[in-house]
Amino acid sequence: MSEPMSPTLFTLGASHHTTPIELREKLALTADKMNAFCDRLSHLAGLREYAVLSTCNRVEFYGLADTAETVEQLQHEFCAFQGFSDAEFLSIRRHALNRDAIQHLLEVSSGLNSQMLGETEILGQVKDAYAAAQMRHSVGPVLNRVFQKTFQYAKHVRTHTAITEGQISVANVAVDLATKIFGELAKGQILLLGAGEIGDKTAKAFQSRGARSLTVASRRLERASELANALGAVAIPFEQWPARLSDFDIVVCSTAAPETVMKLADIRAAMKKRPARPMFLIDLALPRDVDPAAADEGNIFLYNLDDLAKIAEENLAARTSEVKRAREILQEKTEALWKQITGTRLAPPAKPAST
Amino acid sequence: MSSLSDRTWLWIAAAFYLAGFLLGTVALLRERRHSRTWMYIFIWAGFVFQTCGLALRGKAVHGCPISNLFELFQFTAWSATSLYLVIGPTFRLSLLGYFNACLSATLTCVSLLVPVWDSIHRARIPGSSPWIEFHAALALFSYGVFGLLALTSIMYLLQVFSLKRQHLRGFFSFLPSIVDLDHINLRLLTAGAVLMTAALSVGYVHWVHDRDSVPAIKILITGSIWAAYAVALILRLRGILLTKRLAWTCIVLFVAALFSLGIIESSRKTPITVRAAATHE
Repeated sequence: MSEPMSPTLFTLGASHHTTPIELREKLALTADKMNAFCDRLSHLAGLREYAVLSTCNRVEFYGLADTAETVEQLQHEFCAFQGFSDAEFLSIRRHALNRDAIQHLLEVSSGLNSQMLGETEILGQVKDAYAAAQMRHSVGPVLNRVFQKTFQYAKHVRTHTAITEGQISVANVAVDLATKIFGELAKGQILLLGAGEIGDKTAKAFQSRGARSLTVASRRLERASELANALGAVAIPFEQWPARLSDFDIVVCSTAAPETVMKLADIRAAMKKRPARPMFLIDLALPRDVDPAAADEGNIFLYNLDDLAKIAEENLAARTSEVKRAREILQEKTEALWKQITGTRLAPPAKPAST
Repeated sequence: MSSLSDRTWLWIAAAFYLAGFLLGTVALLRERRHSRTWMYIFIWAGFVFQTCGLALRGKAVHGCPISNLFELFQFTAWSATSLYLVIGPTFRLSLLGYFNACLSATLTCVSLLVPVWDSIHRARIPGSSPWIEFHAALALFSYGVFGLLALTSIMYLLQVFSLKRQHLRGFFSFLPSIVDLDHINLRLLTAGAVLMTAALSVGYVHWVHDRDSVPAIKILITGSIWAAYAVALILRLRGILLTKRLAWTCIVLFVAALFSLGIIESSRKTPITVRAAATHE
């Protein structure tokens, strides 16, 4: 039997920073695979506590191991389970110990490590990973404390920095602007002019923020019906949209037409029927679908692809400028948490390493 | 309560309104949303102290404290704030608390800083009906509503500017939506017009019995303000006066209403009394 050793807090895994999507697909743990692999881990000697975070951008293990060899063993088990080469994993892996492991978890949970900087979905995913680990009884006093504090600190960073402020995708910027005009989107009537991919994405972004009433108009009615079915929307023949324009609050234009589709006269005619209610025109087409002169009309708010992209870029720049400050806050929090863990109350008793 | 003079209470109230305004300004300069709780605390505190100050003043003048320009400004600020405290939690319009603190701080501080406005006050007409007090208080309360309407109109114009010119960050990011502001503008315009109509109806009943008690200039100015707001409301309801034009109209009318207070005050026929320092100081 060897000398007693201090247990080590670790993180091990691979993320979008170093791993292309083809490899992430191979490494991803589906629900079934996750259960099977966790069963294996429960028999891994020297692994005291662990939790697994598996998202489309990362697979990461957070744990407390008796020795560094235990972590290496975990890595070997994982590669064997996924049919992945140890050597290849070594070249893409992210591995950190103790303070650095905590700092990494805090940065991941705060969205600093995300592909979309500052996105908030990751915190929910970390919470899910922790809840799953609790269900499996694979977390103990150390990881319980680390995760609970992580959630608290991630919220603190969101509140005290602008890391999550402003949308950074074109579709979400459009939805944000719509809320500035209409407030609640649940009652908003939305028309999709064109049934392309960008229109589809924007429609989904609107639906995710509460929009219910969507109508699709496309030169190809079957394509419009197809998209309408997928979105739970209504399809109308393309020729009908000018007559019905006044019914809509938000119009998302993304046709492939080579000329202006929505002329100033159409817009003026529609606004005469609804002078008190604003209309939001989102022109995502190239060449543009909406006559740019519409921007000068009262109660019309017109944004084209460049406008939205510029706002998204500005928001991203604002988030990026907050990264340093967010990291500094998290470093302080990491230090405080590390002191708590290494204090007498939570320090796990050293036990002999496995032989 | 009695150990402090009415003006001291009103100074404390002004300080709280100012604190709310500063809280919002600092937060906006730092591109952060101000604490709604703290804003509410400051405005509530200001309102409570102002109510105490006006109650003391009311006791001293034996009636509603609207007997000079100082009191008129104080009462208008009090009306706007009381309305904000009622509708604020219902509409939850972002930044409305900040704008209200700004308006109340301005009205109260200006009135306190111009001593001449409070150096005289009109003696209450002996034997006058309490309905006259009610008429005056209701009319001033409608001015408070129009004050709040002017604030929401400013917010509307700022939001339109922000969206049209694509200045979306910082201060502009905290403004409420265009549609929400348009809804509240219509409600406030309706409420203000109804209150002012009621106030003038009560005043009219008194006037037909004693036509000499009200100077013609007062009738002309007050009637014009009422008519202007009534026309604005009708045009809004008929879909003629909308969006930015409506917002500008509401702002201009409120400024005119504030100026009219001074003209009306100087035209009164009731006796002037130099305010006894011992009563209030």
